[in-house]
Amino acid sequence: MARVDRTRLPAPGPDPQFRFPEIVRHTLANGLKLRTVEHPGVPLVTFVMQIDGGLGADAPGREGLAALSADMVDEGTGSLSAIDVSDALARIGADYDVEVGADATLFTLTTLARFAERGATLLSRMLTAPSMHDADFERVRQLRLDRLRQLTDLPPAVAERAFLRLLYPSHPYGHLAIGSVDALRTLTREDVVRFHASTFLPSRSTLIAVGALSHADLVMTAERAFGGWTGGEHVDGFRAPAADVDVDMGTTPQLLVVPREGAAQSEVRIGHLSARRDTPDYAPLLVMNAILGGQFVSRLNMKLREEKAFTYGVRSGFDWRRGVGPFSVQTSVHTAATAESIADTLKEISDLRGGRPATVDELSLAQASLTRGYPRNFETAQQVARSVGQLALFDLPDSYFERFVPNVNAVTVDDVTRVAQTYLDPGRAISLVVGDRSATESSLSGLGVGELRVLPPTG
Amino acid sequence: MTTAIALPHAKRTLANGLDVIVHEDRRVPIVAVNLWYHVGSKNERSGRTGFAHLFEHLMFEGSEHYNKGYFFPLQQAGALLNGSTNSDRTNYWEVVPTTSLELALWMESDRMGYLLPALTPERFETQRGVVLNERRQNYENRPYGMALMAISAALYPPDHPYHWLTIGAADDLQAMEFEDVRAFFRTYYHPANASLALAGDINAERAFELADAYFGDIPAGEKPSRVRAEASVAREVRLVLEDRVELPRVYMAWHSPAMFAEGDAEADLVADLLANGKTSRLYRTLVYDRRIAVDVSAFQHSRELSSFFLLASTAAPGQSLTEIAAVIDERIQALADEGPTVPEMERGLAQAEAHFMYRLQTVGGFGGKSDQLNAYNVFRGNPDFFGDDLARYRQATAASVGAAARKYLAFDRRVLLSIVPRGQAALALPGSEPVSVS
Repeated sequence: MARVDRTRLPAPGPDPQFRFPEIVRHTLANGLKLRTVEHPGVPLVTFVMQIDGGLGADAPGREGLAALSADMVDEGTGSLSAIDVSDALARIGADYDVEVGADATLFTLTTLARFAERGATLLSRMLTAPSMHDADFERVRQLRLDRLRQLTDLPPAVAERAFLRLLYPSHPYGHLAIGSVDALRTLTREDVVRFHASTFLPSRSTLIAVGALSHADLVMTAERAFGGWTGGEHVDGFRAPAADVDVDMGTTPQLLVVPREGAAQSEVRIGHLSARRDTPDYAPLLVMNAILGGQFVSRLNMKLREEKAFTYGVRSGFDWRRGVGPFSVQTSVHTAATAESIADTLKEISDLRGGRPATVDELSLAQASLTRGYPRNFETAQQVARSVGQLALFDLPDSYFERFVPNVNAVTVDDVTRVAQTYLDPGRAISLVVGDRSATESSLSGLGVGELRVLPPTG
Repeated sequence: MTTAIALPHAKRTLANGLDVIVHEDRRVPIVAVNLWYHVGSKNERSGRTGFAHLFEHLMFEGSEHYNKGYFFPLQQAGALLNGSTNSDRTNYWEVVPTTSLELALWMESDRMGYLLPALTPERFETQRGVVLNERRQNYENRPYGMALMAISAALYPPDHPYHWLTIGAADDLQAMEFEDVRAFFRTYYHPANASLALAGDINAERAFELADAYFGDIPAGEKPSRVRAEASVAREVRLVLEDRVELPRVYMAWHSPAMFAEGDAEADLVADLLANGKTSRLYRTLVYDRRIAVDVSAFQHSRELSSFFLLASTAAPGQSLTEIAAVIDERIQALADEGPTVPEMERGLAQAEAHFMYRLQTVGGFGGKSDQLNAYNVFRGNPDFFGDDLARYRQATAASVGAAARKYLAFDRRVLLSIVPRGQAALALPGSEPVSVS
């Protein structure tokens, strides 16, 4: 073969065809929604049980209840103790994981395909009939209290907690899933039992089964394991979903510091409430974010990392929720560069809104990076299961995957400018620093983005 | 019943010494390009630590024929890409749509063959600053973030290349000179010290042709001489480090068999049965039954020259590290005396089998199939080691696992490090010497 031409880069060929996975829907007699996907290749199977109700379901003063309840799921069921459950998971080599999101809680179990039946049965017993013994509850709650205490040492966690409270004052989205010390201290086993009874219901749940099995086998396995789930007693007084609670979008910039004296770096968050996942501008917002801070070659990363060496990296993004979610910029910068990093970030946001709008080249790069690698997201059973879970969570059609690439490619430069103007606003941005107060105070005060306020480290 | 597990592939070596390994997997129209250089922080010298990793950063700044940064054309093609450095090797990878494979090969081969003309002192300065920030973010400003530095320094003598961490000492990073880049590149970044794996939607013959077209012209270099170094700990070393932490933590570290050496798999199984999951001996005793600790972990950190076995446990509020350490010692002693139980061996094997299968799910990225083929090729000279690797776990017996605990986890040959809240050195294990790291 001829040696290569190094005077120019090889042009990529046309994008390869990819058949997105076919999703088959069923609803079991008990109301459980079921979606199955055949994923041949590696003999594995993944089950994701997605239950409506995440951290946003925590009542005021009860922050952390949803996560604590989810944590009790692998603490024993029927004749199996917490230790027995752990043993049963290990014996099928299972990978078991819990994720408490804003609007839903996900329980994921992956195992070898030949253990599909055992895995589904075990997951069903854990989810539908957790023992909730007093001693286990006390231990798990105490471990979460200890974890909260440890998080006060971790700058990113301190920043996330404080930032959520600033974004969502008195709103059910305004806390981390783990909650607060004060709330966890008051929670009882009865609270968890009641939460489980009112939330863990087949009618509020979607089971996604993906693996090296046929649709028929996946359905049969799911039906055998979960068909008998009746969901316990209904509890009255169910609250409105967090997504329906009004938010305060904010009207003025805010500047805050959580002191961490002597810190080598400042952990920084900049952002504000912005958009719901069901916004018709979802695709333009993805493209706009890629240009601003969503990829390595974004404006923010090229400025703060590659030009100024202020940071190891900076990212921006939307935290998509059923209700209004935040747009935020996240980074950790050298202490001496704190104020300048915030000024540069706000300037990049302003520029994208009009001073220096996206170029055609930036647009095409952002579109290509979002679309050309898209099939990569369907390589593992867990990836597929989680993507299908997102469709269920946000009521998206099964054609969503097929439509993604055309939708992103339809975005124009004008769209990018328009959504930057509509959804980003430095005039109501919250700038939060977890870092050395005395070393940053005077330069921060000179930024002109609001009067500097000091927050206690424990929020 | 067990499932047969294999990673079929083909391997050829180009005339200039570059190993090329191809694995076909047509499920998704992507190809993983994965390139290993057999160089890491073990090839550094005292006073210039952190250089291999800083150099990795420079590999993303451009090369002679495309001198505008490595990311732009590849992100334009929809690629995912990254790189990493550890003590033993440096890896670089792209996952590209099938139709952009040649772009990735062009870019990788250009920086292997033609990096130096694109490097400037300005780019070097910027990446020095980025790396210093990486160090602050991931070590200095993170609770317990300096523990491994203190442990490595105590396990290995100052002239042993595992004495320092890959991130390097801040003073050394400040002292680096741009001139050092050339010699390092010429010594380590050439075909004979590299291994290229292509995995995914690609025909093997076509892959070998392309590899030869893009990399075949790069001059052969001399294979660097192997690093050899020995280390042992002859007594129990007790250290204390004060940190910005709420809860004290005790670390225990031992020397253990090198990666793939006899006893390495057993040490891995010992780590599992001591501290993986609620059924594990230490979790069950410390966290579940007695509730004197909030966590416990154990890990056989397998490396090329020699490994270390690391155990760590964080005290519950108000609980003493001394008591936790005593419980750990008692449980280790019981394992050494009696060996594992039948259920423990069954669980360990079931988990090992499943985890080998999980490793077959992705073609690219860190830990993907292309990365594993290169690991086996570089460390074993044989990419076809996947089945043999799993066989090491299948062949482990209760007797061999018990023997590993007895042999490697000796109380009189280890490093104990207490990390305690600032100003509370008294919370450390008795007799601990203050240690400073920076």
